[in-house]
Amino acid sequence: MPRSTNFDEMWGTEDVPRDPYRNFLSWFEKEDPKRLQKKQIESEELFRLTGITFNVYGREEAEERLIPFDIIPRIVSASEWQKVVRGIEQRVRAINAFLHDIYHRQEILRAKRIPESIISENSAFLPQMIGVSPPGNIYTHIVGVDLVRTGHEEFYVLEDNARTPSGVSYMLENRETMLQMFPELFSQIKVQPVQTYPTDLLRSLSACAPPLTPSHEPTVAVLTPGIYNSAYFEHSFLADKMGVELVEMQDLRIIDGRVAMRTIQGYKTIDVLYRRIDDDFLDPLNFRSDSQIGVAGLFDVYRSGGITLANAPGTGIADDKAIYSYIPEIIEFYTGERPLLKNVPTWRCVEKESLAYVLDHLDKLVVKEVHGSGGYGMLIGPAATKRELAKFAKKLKSRPANFIAQPTLSLSTVPILTRTGLSPRHVDLRPFVLVSPRSVTVTPGGLTRVALKKKSLVVNSSQGGGTKDTWVLEN
Amino acid sequence: MLGRTANGLYWMYRYLERAENTARLIATGQRIALTRLHGSDDEWRSILQTAAVSEGYDRYYSALTRASAIDWLLRSENNPSSIYACIVAARQNARMVRTALTGEVWEAVNAIYMHCNTTLKRHIPERDIPASLISIRQRTALVRGMTHGTMLRNEIFDFARIGTFLERADNTARILDVKYYVLLPSVTAVGSSIDNVQWETILRSVSARGGFMMEYGNSFTARDIVNFLLLDQRMPRSLAFCTSKISDNLHYLTASHPTPPPSCEQIDVIQKMCLDNNISTIFEFGLHEFLQEYIALLGVLSRQIEIDFRFYD
Repeated sequence: MPRSTNFDEMWGTEDVPRDPYRNFLSWFEKEDPKRLQKKQIESEELFRLTGITFNVYGREEAEERLIPFDIIPRIVSASEWQKVVRGIEQRVRAINAFLHDIYHRQEILRAKRIPESIISENSAFLPQMIGVSPPGNIYTHIVGVDLVRTGHEEFYVLEDNARTPSGVSYMLENRETMLQMFPELFSQIKVQPVQTYPTDLLRSLSACAPPLTPSHEPTVAVLTPGIYNSAYFEHSFLADKMGVELVEMQDLRIIDGRVAMRTIQGYKTIDVLYRRIDDDFLDPLNFRSDSQIGVAGLFDVYRSGGITLANAPGTGIADDKAIYSYIPEIIEFYTGERPLLKNVPTWRCVEKESLAYVLDHLDKLVVKEVHGSGGYGMLIGPAATKRELAKFAKKLKSRPANFIAQPTLSLSTVPILTRTGLSPRHVDLRPFVLVSPRSVTVTPGGLTRVALKKKSLVVNSSQGGGTKDTWVLEN
Repeated sequence: MLGRTANGLYWMYRYLERAENTARLIATGQRIALTRLHGSDDEWRSILQTAAVSEGYDRYYSALTRASAIDWLLRSENNPSSIYACIVAARQNARMVRTALTGEVWEAVNAIYMHCNTTLKRHIPERDIPASLISIRQRTALVRGMTHGTMLRNEIFDFARIGTFLERADNTARILDVKYYVLLPSVTAVGSSIDNVQWETILRSVSARGGFMMEYGNSFTARDIVNFLLLDQRMPRSLAFCTSKISDNLHYLTASHPTPPPSCEQIDVIQKMCLDNNISTIFEFGLHEFLQEYIALLGVLSRQIEIDFRFYD
């Protein structure tokens, strides 16, 4: 197969199969390529039938689309994974400490470890949360940390998704599909299971319930914006697997200072709400008064400790791209340790020298909007035309505070199955993290997103990326 | 269970039942058209009326033809009761109540949707219509089979059943009401045979031809047909059968309620209508009047169920 110049997770840089892939490759080489092609097509049918789709806004015909799935797994060894997990745990604990601090005493600002303006002028900072302590002091119950790899030991954190990270249903269904299609592979190769995630999620959410309900099991519900939301499949999937109700705003009402859902036998109190809806739309009284959706007074219940919202409102300040560049300082400040996982070097365009550097090296950098997500509004310098670069430079100069820039990392590749055999494609990885007062749990695996176009670095599903099953091997 | 979930289940199964009934109606209409010596499109009017989509049809078409009637019933996006529209709505509701369904039921609903989304999106040539209708009925039957085979007998199942039987009872009552004039004793003397085509329409459109012959043999009298479709307790599409199923499920649902909600009292009244009457008293009262009252009571019941089980805020 054609080799890429960067680090390939199957072949390394020396064209010798790397350890984690050895057993897989000996199986693969004995397989009939035609059978595998057939399996690839079969997997798509399986996904379509189970209804795993995501909606793309503004596209009537393709209202529901499948995210392409590639049957070649991405494989990580137990020891590699251990390192990643330790790094994630450290990071997530620091983020929770940071969130508590920033909405209470703001020690980190007093110590001048990060500039005050980055908080006070940040729209992701939620003044309503000042002085509010969520049950168990947990802010980010569910986190999806986006990682990229550039070498054997080189992992970088690209983004900490601390609001409502999605994609976990793909992690689970990708594994389900692989188990169905290649049972023989899993009896030969010991892969750590991911199927415990829904149970772990329910246990973790329950452990964060307000202390008002000691006598009975807390009632957990998943809150979805509804069937037209792009991640609706995942919302219903998680509610289903946890065995809890999937509620919409129209099902909720405040009764006697608690949040309750309308059942066929009357209103029932909810203790923990795993909400998959933005802060802005939770409560028109406390947030956006122009919002058509939301439950008036929900935040008042929250403030008085009557319900757990997962994740807490206002966590966006921790995964904001402007804050991102300070995460190493944040880790050191709250844990007293050196960060175990690296940050991608970042130029904050709000700083004069940085802006000058970025403008000079625009064709070599990736420039992102501070509040953007999903790969929209971003510039990939090396792939841009001269005109695009000039246009972007103009945008940059007019509102520099809105942008950060990073070098284009040479992302690792993992092969995908193409019509002509294996061919390397760039990947990233989103492991899923559960946080409760008792523990931080990282499910062994995660969502591997893969750019299906040759040499493309954009792995976002909204822009033609696909997914792979991610295997963490048993020791 | 959430009130909204109950609502979604109820409508999901109503729409599936409606799609299936419409498929059966179209097949019946096709058969009549093809077996008549002097073809006329009149029969399609009564079929449109039975499906309660006749007025809508006239808004979109100036003349009644077989092709456009079939199109309207089968795949029109302007007709909210077309098979296509019903399947889309059933699947929409299924998506909303996904957590209440087993994976098997969901996949079966999703499969009909995917099937209809490809096959009903374009014009269907006449020769392909029978196969298309069969495959729709098979696929709705698969959902019903999966529902029976995999769903727990709890309140979720109760709402599914109530939706199914309410729709079915309504459908059978409409079929009879549209045709009541041919079944009146004044038109056909009691005991005499009625127009071959007419009885076939009626029995076929509720898949009851075979069942009827098992019970009554080869002589088709108005009295027997009405008796069979109204009062027979073993005929799965008769009013008596559907009513008793709705009643059972409503009573299971409210078994733990200290006082039965109004919908329970209402189904008891409808149940009594079927149990206390025989074919003579119904003809005496007037078949049309009886059916009209029955249909109206079903409508009231449907609205009361929405209230009793908090479908809406």
